[in-house]
Amino acid sequence: MKGPANAGTGPAHAGTVPPVAGKREAEIANPLFEYLLRLGDDRLVLGHRMSEWCGHGPILEEDIAMANIALDLVGQGSSLLKLAGETEGAGRDEDALAYFRSEPEYRNAQIVELPKGDFAFTVVRQFLFDAYSVLQWDALQQCTFAPLAGIAAKALKEDRYHLRHSGDWMLRLGDGTGESHTRAQSALNDLWRFTAELFESDAVDEAIHENGVVVDLAAIQSRWQQTVGDVVRRATLTLPAAGASSSGGRRGRHTEFLGHMLAEMQIVARSHPGAKW
Amino acid sequence: MADTQLPLWEVFTQAGHGAPHEHAGSVHAADAEQAMQNARDVYARRGEAVSLWIVPSSAIIASAPGDAGPFFDPGNDKAYRHPQFYKVPRGVKV
Repeated sequence: MKGPANAGTGPAHAGTVPPVAGKREAEIANPLFEYLLRLGDDRLVLGHRMSEWCGHGPILEEDIAMANIALDLVGQGSSLLKLAGETEGAGRDEDALAYFRSEPEYRNAQIVELPKGDFAFTVVRQFLFDAYSVLQWDALQQCTFAPLAGIAAKALKEDRYHLRHSGDWMLRLGDGTGESHTRAQSALNDLWRFTAELFESDAVDEAIHENGVVVDLAAIQSRWQQTVGDVVRRATLTLPAAGASSSGGRRGRHTEFLGHMLAEMQIVARSHPGAKW
Repeated sequence: MADTQLPLWEVFTQAGHGAPHEHAGSVHAADAEQAMQNARDVYARRGEAVSLWIVPSSAIIASAPGDAGPFFDPGNDKAYRHPQFYKVPRGVKV
C-alpha cells in the first residue's frame, strides 16, 4: 500500500499546491485527504490511549467517564477517516485506514501517541488536547466543506464536555494533595514540548483553502494559551518555560511508542482480514 | 466496614420535558460539579435524560424500616380511601 504523501505518485492536480519556500517536503498529492487523516488520526490514537483505562479507572464513575470519552474520540476518528477515504477515492474505508496503515503513514501529532502514564498524565494530556480541539472544531464548523462542517458541529458538543471534565480534574489534581500536585506538574512538564506541534502549519493547511477549509492556527494558539494559562494558574501549577519542542507526526515521524500501540490496535484486524462479528 | 469512597449523591433523571424527575441511582463524587459529571456519564450517556437533579444522599430524610408498620399498614383496611366504588362512564379509561 502506497502512503498518501509519497513522492512521485503522479497527482493529477499537484499544480494547485502552492510551493513552500525552503521546505524539502515530498509533494502532497491530495491535501484534503492528508488534512482529514491528521484530524482523524489525532482522535483515533488519543481515543485508543484513553480506552486503555477501561477497567483500570481510579473509581467506577471515572472509569465509565473515561470509556465514554474514548468512545467519543474513536467515533470522531471513524467519521473523519471515512470521509478521508471517500476524499481519496481509492476504495479505502475507515477500517482500511485505521487498521492497514503502518506507523509512518499515521499523521497524528506526537502528543496523542505517548503512553497513557499515570492518571495525572492522562488528565493533563487530555486537557491540553481538549482545549485545542474545541477551538479547532469551532473554526471547522464554519468551513464551507459541508461534510467536515457537519462532523465538526457534532464533535464540538462532545469535546466541550471533555474539556469540562479534564479541566475540572486539572483543578482537582493541581490544587489537591501534595502528591497529586507533584504528579500533575510533572505531567505538564513532560508534555509541554509536544504542544507546539499542534499549531504548526504547512503546505497542506495552505492548500485546503481552496476546499473552503480555512483555520487560523495562530488565532487558535493564542486562545489556547489563554485557556491553558488560566486553568494552570487556578490549579496552582506552573507553565513550563518554552524550550525545545518535538514534532514530525504530521509527516509520519513518530515517537517509539506509536508502533507498539498500533501493533496492539491492529493485530485482530490484520490476523483476520474481513472478519465480521 | 467503613465506606472509604467519596461521598454519595442521589441522581434523578428527567426523560423528557414536562416529565417528572425520577430516581435513577446514585454516584460517588467529591463535590457537586463532579457528581453532576459522574451522573451524566453513568445515567445519561445514552440519551436517557434531558435534565438531571443531584442531591447529597445525606440530605435525604428516609423513613426507618421500623416505621413501616405504623406508617403504611393502616392504609390497607380503609377501603373508603380508595376511590374504586364509582361507576366509570363508558369511554373513560382508568
